[in-house]
Amino acid sequence: MILNMGPQHPSTHGVLRVLLEIDGETVVRMMPDIGFLHTGIEKTCEAKFYQQVVPLTDRIDYLCPMTNNLCYVLAVEKLLGLEIPPKAQWLRVLLNELTRINSHLVWLGTHAMDIGALTVFLYCFREREEILKIFEMASGQRMMTSYFRVGGIALEPPLGFFDRVREFAGSFPSKVDEYENLLTGNPIWAMRTKGVARMTAEDAIALGASGPTLRGSGVDLDLRRDMPYSSYEKFQFKVPVSGEGDVFARYLCRVQELRESTAIVRQALDGMPEGPIKADAPGVVLPDREKMKTQMEALIYHFKIITEGFAVPAGEVYQAVESPRGEMGYYIVSDGTAKPYRVHMRAACLANLQTLPKMCEGRLLADVVAAIGSIDIVLGEIDR
Amino acid sequence: MPPAPAITDLEKLRNHPAVARLVGWNAAAVTGVKFDREEMTIYVDRDHIREACVVLKQDLACPFNFLSDVTCVDWHPAEPRFEVIYHLLSIPEKERVRLKVRLNSASPVVESLTSVWPGANYFEREVFDLFGVRFTGHPYLRRLLMPEDWEGHPLRKDYPVEGYR
Repeated sequence: MILNMGPQHPSTHGVLRVLLEIDGETVVRMMPDIGFLHTGIEKTCEAKFYQQVVPLTDRIDYLCPMTNNLCYVLAVEKLLGLEIPPKAQWLRVLLNELTRINSHLVWLGTHAMDIGALTVFLYCFREREEILKIFEMASGQRMMTSYFRVGGIALEPPLGFFDRVREFAGSFPSKVDEYENLLTGNPIWAMRTKGVARMTAEDAIALGASGPTLRGSGVDLDLRRDMPYSSYEKFQFKVPVSGEGDVFARYLCRVQELRESTAIVRQALDGMPEGPIKADAPGVVLPDREKMKTQMEALIYHFKIITEGFAVPAGEVYQAVESPRGEMGYYIVSDGTAKPYRVHMRAACLANLQTLPKMCEGRLLADVVAAIGSIDIVLGEIDR
Repeated sequence: MPPAPAITDLEKLRNHPAVARLVGWNAAAVTGVKFDREEMTIYVDRDHIREACVVLKQDLACPFNFLSDVTCVDWHPAEPRFEVIYHLLSIPEKERVRLKVRLNSASPVVESLTSVWPGANYFEREVFDLFGVRFTGHPYLRRLLMPEDWEGHPLRKDYPVEGYR
């Protein structure tokens, strides 16, 4: 029997349609069908100035908006050859890790809810509320923050921001203990996730999986540690790897990442350097509002950047970061004008989605739900 | 500070692991190299791309075993019109390389890499869907993001941003 799952389905985490050929309860063949959220962001980027593309990037992987921002601005800064001041880099790391915690909380809540543990969903979203309030404090927006700019950060974080983040980082590890208390030792959770949707390391590499989907199969690759960007080399953190390759292994990887991200946030708070938050590049970075209101040159720069954009030297660059889902990359081709010639987003989830048929064929129908949750897909990133 | 100028001389870049391996295997397949902004780009001839990828994947010194991305750029109205771009990553050595294949608008066809990396499947389908580049040997070359009955290839430069109504 051919069964259609989605695109409207509570467990597909977005508008994913999966065509299942089942024989009784066993999945014989499986084919994901995507494209329901395709909005042509790559085409739209070609019609906008470089600084106007930043809000578009938020909406691609909408659960980790600052990571998208970071990847894009790092790529443009690489094209321009800009040096970013250390305080901006450390702030980017701090916010990036808070975004990772944010994204993993959504994953944990929805994944547990699909499998049946409804309490975890409410607990995770209670913590997420605090992080969203922190983001709102810094950028004015809860989710689609667009807080990073080409050349640094948009605004100085307000007074009380660092205290609030410190308070969160202090109270969060005990919350992670609460989630683990509910799930890790739970026999029902173990029966639903241990040995389910196994994937070997060779298959994961061949299919292009990355992030916890790859690390859950035992391959030790984390772009923050192995190919560091934005001063990640100055932080100490462990990269959780689990060799089993099943849903439980990926769950353990991500829960451990929650703890490691909290440690990075604390290190960023303790060692935050002083200095400017934007690079010294008048033709690219907007001047301070006070300077713009009083100095003629600053006003002219402001006007020219907003109305004409800034020209980026011709060339191409591929910048990859470690998003909560894996290797997110931006490939930008510039032809020397103020609008990018081509922007391509390498979506971590698109490659991770290819692992789904391999994981689920031959298994029971209920395991499909567990597998979809374990690869942590976001359809905004897959479809763009 | 502005980025350093690009290096395109094959002699200067011969020591890069990917360049050395490909030139050692078949120097005629490498039609150009570029080292710009600390990224290595190798232009490969269309007929040899699949074998070049196998050679790089099986290299003992620096195996490029991970296919990060397959994408395309449309240079309309310049010829060759399409550039299909492959990003490879070597997980043990933490090295990246970019391979590029130039295709004319008259025959935008290239061999599929799904036999080398099954993970190229969705990426190639997307390039076919949005650019119209065909991949021979692909197990299921159908539209991925646009509806099945869509006409036209939206990311081509002669397709308007607003679309057709």
